[in-house]
Amino acid sequence: MTLWHLLLLASIAVLAIKLLGYAVPPAVFDSPRPRRTLELLTVSLLAGLVAVQALGGDGGVVLDARIPAVLVAAGLFAVRAPFIVAVAAAAVTAALLRAFAGFP
Amino acid sequence: MQTDAVRRAWREGVSVVVATSAYGLSFGALSIASGLDLWQTMVLSLVMFSGGSQFAFIGVVAAGGGIAGVASAAMLGLRNALYGMSMRRVVQPRGALLPVAAHVTIDESTAVALAQDEPRAQRTGFWVTGVGIWIGWNLATLAGALLGDLLGDPRQWGLDAAAAAAFVGLLWPRLKARQAVAVAAVSAVLAAALLPVLPAGMPVIVAAVVGVVVGVTNWLGPRHESTLPGPGPRGSGKGQHS
Repeated sequence: MTLWHLLLLASIAVLAIKLLGYAVPPAVFDSPRPRRTLELLTVSLLAGLVAVQALGGDGGVVLDARIPAVLVAAGLFAVRAPFIVAVAAAAVTAALLRAFAGFP
Repeated sequence: MQTDAVRRAWREGVSVVVATSAYGLSFGALSIASGLDLWQTMVLSLVMFSGGSQFAFIGVVAAGGGIAGVASAAMLGLRNALYGMSMRRVVQPRGALLPVAAHVTIDESTAVALAQDEPRAQRTGFWVTGVGIWIGWNLATLAGALLGDLLGDPRQWGLDAAAAAAFVGLLWPRLKARQAVAVAAVSAVLAAALLPVLPAGMPVIVAAVVGVVVGVTNWLGPRHESTLPGPGPRGSGKGQHS
């Protein structure tokens, strides 16, 4: 599959799921277990993506400037900094560490 | 004549629109850095239009994950179906407005709607936030993508670290309960441990099983749960990210 195929497939899937929410009877998910499971599925996916984006590289795990950068961002999120500020701070941290501190 | 409650819904909606749209910039730039072109980036923001799913798709596909990127985006989009079930009762869209309402049903529009006290204000909050973010997010994506095109090597600018930080930001507001923190920690460790073993994209999918198992069994969970309608454990419409 080309990138366009994957992209259209994923976009249509996400849109179809939204429409599904308006189509199925509310009773289907309106109890604690499905709600909790969907919420924790989201938490699980996002946490997995944090790990993979922060550590993934050629041949598995690569430790580099992304780690201190992510810690800086986490610190900023902890003090309720806006999303764009924390994300930009992570980029600047990694860029500076690579340019001036010899980080990979 | 607008009531105070409706005016408040407008105000809250607009402030969430401004804050959320701004990070469309980071999505646009990261998408280009991940190897997508301008049109592909724009189709994601115009059609997929769900921040978490969009970041997941570009992250996994850039790593070579292919179809796992589609699965990650779709699974992260599942919560929107839950929001839709709440919003159908709140918004009551008819005819051609139904698909429009469904399309703009995301974390923020749901949260702002549910934070209002009366039905008209809820509908106002939903539409102002949903449609406003759709417009702002797409304009910001375009600006970010054009900027990303000028940057060249994404690592030199730390954009790989920005991608990881974006997921931290999406995760952060969901880490209020002990159960969620435990699920996040185990999922992250499991995904990292699987990185050298599984093909790209699969560690995230396998790690997601942790959330499903804990969700179904309610390990570490509170015994008595409220059944309040709403997007996950959060009640207010402020300071959240899709």
